[in-house]
Amino acid sequence: MNAPMHLAPLLGLIAVWLMLGAAGLVQPRSTGWVARVLFPLGALVALGVAAIGGAALADGFAPERWVLPLGLPDLPFHLRLDALSGFFLALLGVAGAGISMFAAGYFREGEGTAPGLLGLQYHVFLASMALVVLADDAYLFMVAWETMALSSYFLVATQHRIPEIRRAGFLYLLMAHVGALALLLCFGVLHGGSWEMTFDAMRGGALPPAWASVAFLLALFGFGTKAGLVPLHVWLPEAHPAAPSPVSAMMSGLMLKTAVYGLLRVGMDLLSGGAWWWGLLAMALGLGSAMFGAVFAAVQTDMKRLLAYSSIENIGLIFTGVGLAMLCRAFGMHALAALALAAALIHAFNHALFKSLLFLATGSVLHATRERSLGKLGGLIRRMPWVALLALVGTLAIAGLPPLNGFVSEWLLLQAFLSTPAIPHAFINMIVPLGAAVVALTAALAGYVMVKFYGVIFLGQPREPSLMHAHDAGWLERIGLAWLALGCVAVGVLPQVALDATAGVTQALAGTALQRGPAPWWIAPVATAQASYSGLWLLAGMLGVVAVTFVLVRRLYHGRVRRTPPWNCGYPWLTPRMQDTAEGFGQPIRRIFGPVFRIEREVPSPTDSAPRYRIRIDDRFWHALYLPIVGAVRGVADAVAVLQRGRLAVYLLYSFLTLIVLLVFVL
Amino acid sequence: MSALPFATQLLHVLAAGLLLLSFAMLTQRRTRRLVVLLAWQGAVLTASTLLIAATAHLPHLYWSAALTLTVKVGLLPWLLLRLVRRLGVERDSEPLVNVPTLMLVGLALVIFAFGLAQPISALATTVTRQTLGIALAVILLAFLMLIARRTAVTQVIGFLALENGLFFAATSTTYGMPMVIELGIALDVLVGVFVFGIFFFQIREQFDSLDLQHLEALKED
Repeated sequence: MNAPMHLAPLLGLIAVWLMLGAAGLVQPRSTGWVARVLFPLGALVALGVAAIGGAALADGFAPERWVLPLGLPDLPFHLRLDALSGFFLALLGVAGAGISMFAAGYFREGEGTAPGLLGLQYHVFLASMALVVLADDAYLFMVAWETMALSSYFLVATQHRIPEIRRAGFLYLLMAHVGALALLLCFGVLHGGSWEMTFDAMRGGALPPAWASVAFLLALFGFGTKAGLVPLHVWLPEAHPAAPSPVSAMMSGLMLKTAVYGLLRVGMDLLSGGAWWWGLLAMALGLGSAMFGAVFAAVQTDMKRLLAYSSIENIGLIFTGVGLAMLCRAFGMHALAALALAAALIHAFNHALFKSLLFLATGSVLHATRERSLGKLGGLIRRMPWVALLALVGTLAIAGLPPLNGFVSEWLLLQAFLSTPAIPHAFINMIVPLGAAVVALTAALAGYVMVKFYGVIFLGQPREPSLMHAHDAGWLERIGLAWLALGCVAVGVLPQVALDATAGVTQALAGTALQRGPAPWWIAPVATAQASYSGLWLLAGMLGVVAVTFVLVRRLYHGRVRRTPPWNCGYPWLTPRMQDTAEGFGQPIRRIFGPVFRIEREVPSPTDSAPRYRIRIDDRFWHALYLPIVGAVRGVADAVAVLQRGRLAVYLLYSFLTLIVLLVFVL
Repeated sequence: MSALPFATQLLHVLAAGLLLLSFAMLTQRRTRRLVVLLAWQGAVLTASTLLIAATAHLPHLYWSAALTLTVKVGLLPWLLLRLVRRLGVERDSEPLVNVPTLMLVGLALVIFAFGLAQPISALATTVTRQTLGIALAVILLAFLMLIARRTAVTQVIGFLALENGLFFAATSTTYGMPMVIELGIALDVLVGVFVFGIFFFQIREQFDSLDLQHLEALKED
């Protein structure tokens, strides 16, 4: 066993996180101490974690193991740092640093939980996520996993005085526990009767195919619950808006990725691929989630709910990539598997960047305006130029426009899909092009959603007079946002760097690394002749065209500028009420995908003197799947309640009879 | 049977006395008498523990016997009698099941307990192994009393009788438990009785009675 050269400092950094959290309790009420001092330090620690995680991605990095003298007697904690955990640590560190910086400027006096307690929960959340990806035995994994769920629950319920937030928190906690239960069962199957809880033993143990499938299905259920895969997504659109914005960013940007990590670890590493239908199932669920998320995001009117549904969409795309990788690997097509896996990983990284960026931007908007309903925002680009500019980067990235990072991963995913006709299975060959079509449609819908998001919040005219007093974000918040936006640009312009970062993981999980592109800014994963993309050249071209246009316009029109009110198409005046609303913008989608939604609508009668239009769009899954389960649970509970008689003698009789029956067994 | 040494025979007599006392408690309706019977049970326990200590040469059992004497013969009955006087619950109301039925069920339980103890006694090596059946019977009878009684004070007495049976089972199979555990149990029982005492006053304040039937109102519909 080699000395833990990386693991020891890594563990030290995680301990520093925990200490920062504990230090917040010294002066729990002091925002200055907790937010302005401890959170920036936490951001520095996150950078350190990212650096060590990045070091694990270098070529020829041998996995590092370490057995900690912690845990139960005879059941110590095992740690392991390999390329896969390194990648997710880098993701956690890079995005976590931006979120922590933003949070340093975000938390204000007198909002819900004391800042010190919030800081503790926040840093415990970060540390537990790092431990999840480092765990090398089921025991530590579950401990870290549950710590992650609990700390995030408390963060979601920060403003616990509001009943809806309590309800959202409870739903989240419930789903988290159902998922954790599935994972516990999954590990129970995985050890295969050997009672060895280390991942090494599970990797080596050959399970019968049927049991391996059971383990995979349990893992897909458990991790799917955490990731918000349809139909296990119901907690996500409730919990994300309920949490404070930095927490939403952490949950959406980082925590959902631990589920992706878990599925990769269990499905592709511990179970080493398995049957081809596993990949097909993951892919189908991913595609369904992607479509569902995009369509639902288009009709939302709350900006954080919109982003939450967009998270479902992106997680769907990531799972699609993972599923495709598993499918290709099962047919022995390693290069293709590596391509799909790299696409999924880079998309996970990208999503951590741009979704965190957008959630944080909504946080700034929320603080500046106290509004989160899209119907009451608008025109903020004038009041909040910094946030508007940085959010624009995130919006373009998430919409998958070149030269930003969203384009890179979606392009890679489509490349992977386009190369699949080589799969030696007629049925799958028919299905996969459909998947490619769904991915393309999803990407288009995501663009539509983002136009709505950005246009309604930042463009046009303010819909409420109070928006005139909105102020821009503070400098700490700007640093956080700028860091994430910079990441979006960097991955988009230098895609080969990101692709190199996935090489170690694809080597380990798909059996091969992708071929290198000609330059850091130029990727050609399949064949240079077939398809290649260079972010930097595209950026240069775009900048060139803009510059030429700018110069030409200045030359030709110089001195002939005439200022008039915009869009004055025959109307002498224009009021904010004439703008397209969020509902109006989503209306075509609501029409086209009508059967997907459960719509309740109140239309006023023509003679109504005070007309009121109300629409409520619900999730069909909630009514068709979850409410019946709730009803069944209640029924069982009522049946059990028959035992409750309220008479002491009867209760004593129960235990007496139980005792007698047990004794009879002994007899 | 004649080969049994005198000490063992004496122990059997004491055990039989314990069983008899349990039946007496099952039928007794006056609360004050019930407490006295409980004290007697404690006295028999003390005697049997002393006897075992002397025959098996186990000095720690002397301490155990002394503890039993102070707590179960002295302190607890005194506390309970004071409680009965201050609460004014001289007479228990009618038990839930009538006394003859209760006796018959008790008989069945004793037979069951002896049948149960047979294989275990065969394995044990202590001089007291024959008494395990009686110990089990005392436990089950105390449980029966817990079920059949209505008022809160008699519930506590039943609970203490149950503890007596457990203690007797422990001394007869393994020569008693380690001293630390025994001290812990004694403390638990003592604290338990104190807590019950506080509850009694609260219950009476709330319902003007110690009849447990009133607690049925607490059930959630």
